[in-house]
Amino acid sequence: MPVAVFLALWELVARLGILPGHFFLPPFSTVVVEFYQLSASGVLGENFLSSLVRVLIGFCAGSVAGIAVGTVMGWKKVINKALNPVISLFYPIPTLGWIPLLMLWIGINEMLPITLIFICSFFPVLYNTVTGIKNVDSDYIKAARTLGASDSKILTTIVMPLALPNIFTGLRLEAGMAWRVIIAAEMVAIPTGIGALLMKAENLIRIDIIIVCLIVLAVMCLVSEKFFEYLENRLTARWR
Amino acid sequence: MPSIELKNICKYVCREVNLTINDREFLVVLGSNGAGKTTLINVIAGLVDYQGSVLFDGVPVDRLPANKREVGYLFQGLVLFPHLDVVANIAYGLSAREWSPSRVEARVNELLDLMNIKHLASRYPRQLSGGEKQRVALARAIAPSPRVLLLDEPLSSLDAQTAKYLRTELKQLQRRLGVTTVYVTHDLMEGVAMADRMAVIHDGRVEQVAEPERVLFYPHSERVSDFIGAPNILDCDYYRDLGQGIVEVGCGGLKLTVPHDGGHVSKVAILPRHIYVSETRPPGLSVNGFQGTITAIKPAGNTVRIWIDVDHNKLMAEVQSYIFEEMNLDVGKEVFIILRMRRIRCYEGSAD
Repeated sequence: MPVAVFLALWELVARLGILPGHFFLPPFSTVVVEFYQLSASGVLGENFLSSLVRVLIGFCAGSVAGIAVGTVMGWKKVINKALNPVISLFYPIPTLGWIPLLMLWIGINEMLPITLIFICSFFPVLYNTVTGIKNVDSDYIKAARTLGASDSKILTTIVMPLALPNIFTGLRLEAGMAWRVIIAAEMVAIPTGIGALLMKAENLIRIDIIIVCLIVLAVMCLVSEKFFEYLENRLTARWR
Repeated sequence: MPSIELKNICKYVCREVNLTINDREFLVVLGSNGAGKTTLINVIAGLVDYQGSVLFDGVPVDRLPANKREVGYLFQGLVLFPHLDVVANIAYGLSAREWSPSRVEARVNELLDLMNIKHLASRYPRQLSGGEKQRVALARAIAPSPRVLLLDEPLSSLDAQTAKYLRTELKQLQRRLGVTTVYVTHDLMEGVAMADRMAVIHDGRVEQVAEPERVLFYPHSERVSDFIGAPNILDCDYYRDLGQGIVEVGCGGLKLTVPHDGGHVSKVAILPRHIYVSETRPPGLSVNGFQGTITAIKPAGNTVRIWIDVDHNKLMAEVQSYIFEEMNLDVGKEVFIILRMRRIRCYEGSAD
C-alpha cells in the first residue's frame, strides 16, 4: 500500500509539473512504458543477464571460499591465529578501492567485475562463518565427542548446522551488496551490464532509463536478500 | 561394566586425587561449587588433559580420546542438540559409531519405550519441558550402551517435585542397566538418596569416601561435617519398635520418636537447620519437643548457630539471621526446641 501511494504521488507530481518539468522527473507511467520498450527490444534483458552472470559467479565463488576458509579458521585456533592478522588488514579496504589495482592486474574484461564481487562477498561471509563457528557452545562439541563422534563428524553434523544462522546473515547482507558493487564496477570499467546501461542513459540524459535501471537494481537487491532469508528460514526455523 | 580407578589426578583445582569406583557402583561425588567435581568427571570422560592416570578395569585409558572411551555423559545443561529432533538426538551416538540404520532404528525405539518418550519422537528440544529434556538427554547418553555413565548435576535445573521423581527413576534405571555411574551433585540429600557410596570432595581433594550413612554419622573431618551441615549425632542407648514404621529411641535421656523401618538403631542424626527453636512453649502435642538452656551463640554467614544444653546433651540449632534478630535469645536463656521428626536419620551399623 505505501508503495502504491508513493507511485501515485510520483505520477501526480510529474504530471502536474510541480518539479521542473518532464525532463527531470518523468512520470511513473513513462518509466513503465520505457521498461516495456527496453525489455521488448532485448536491451534490458541482455544487460541484466550480463550483470546477473557476473554476480552469480562472483558471489558463489566468494561465498564458497569465505565459508571454507571461515570454517577452517573458526575450527582450528592455530589457523585462525595465522590468518586473522592478514585478513584483518585486507578486510577494511572498500571493494571499489580495488578497481584501479585490478584494472592493471586483470585488465578490463569479465574477470574484473567477477573478482570485485568475489572480494565483496568473501570477507564478510568469512567473518560471519568464523563468528558462527566460534559461537557454538563448547558443551555441544563435548557432548558429541563423548557420544563417539570424530572431529569431522562433529564439524559437519553439529558445528556447521549451528553456525548456519550466522553464515546466512553474511550471505543475506552480501547478496544485496554484490548488486551494488556490480553496478559501480560496470559504471566505471565495463561497457556491458546494468551499470553500463545506466552510464549510457546518463550521457543521453535519459532519466526514464536511469530510473528503470535503478528499479531493476533495487528489485534484485531485495530479491537476493529475500532469497537467503527464505533459505535460512527453511533450514533453521524448525529448531530455532 | 568396568571399575574405574583414578590415580594421582591433577587438573585445575584437583590435586593428587585417588579414587576407586567399583564395577556397577553408583558413586556420588559431593562437593560445593568449585570443589573440582565436574573436573573429575571431565577427566574420566577424557574431555580435558590431566596429569595422573585413569584406569578402566585396570587398563589405563589416558591415551584414549573422549570419543573412544565409551562413556555416557549427562551434562548439567543437558545440551541436547537444538537442530536435531528427539529421535536424531538419541541416534546421534549410534550413527557416530557407525551402527547400521536398521540397528539404530531398533535401539532408538527401544529407548523411546524405556524412557516413556515415544510421543516426543519428532519434537525439537525447544519444544520440550525440563523433565522431558532430561529423559531425552539420558536416553541419548545411554543409547550406545556406555561402559561408564557420568552425570553432572543433571537435576539441578528442575523443580523439586520433578527432580525427586526423576531421581528415583534414574536410580532404578542405573540398577537395571548395571552401569558403573558417577553422579556429581552439591545436594547432600540428593546424594544420600541415590548413592551406593559418596565421595566428599573439598578444594580439589577427596575428603571421605563411604556409604552415605557413614558419611553422615561418621564424618572424617571438620570439613566434611561442615559440608554436610554439621549434623547433631546422638548415640542411642534405648530402642523400641512402636510399629507402622515408627520407633522410639533414647539418646542420653532424650526420648525421640523417629520414622524407621529397619533393625536396631545405634545412632540418630539431625541437621541443625531441622531443629525448631522457640522462646515460648509451642502449642499442641509436641513430638520430639524439649526444653533446654542456651550455652553459646555464634553467627555463621546468614544464619546463627545456637548451642543448647538439653538434659546434658549438647545440640546445635541453626536459625536464619533475620529470624534470630526478631527473637530475644541470649546465653543462659531457657528455650523450647522441636526436632523435626521426618528429618531425623537413623543409623543401624556399628562404628567400625
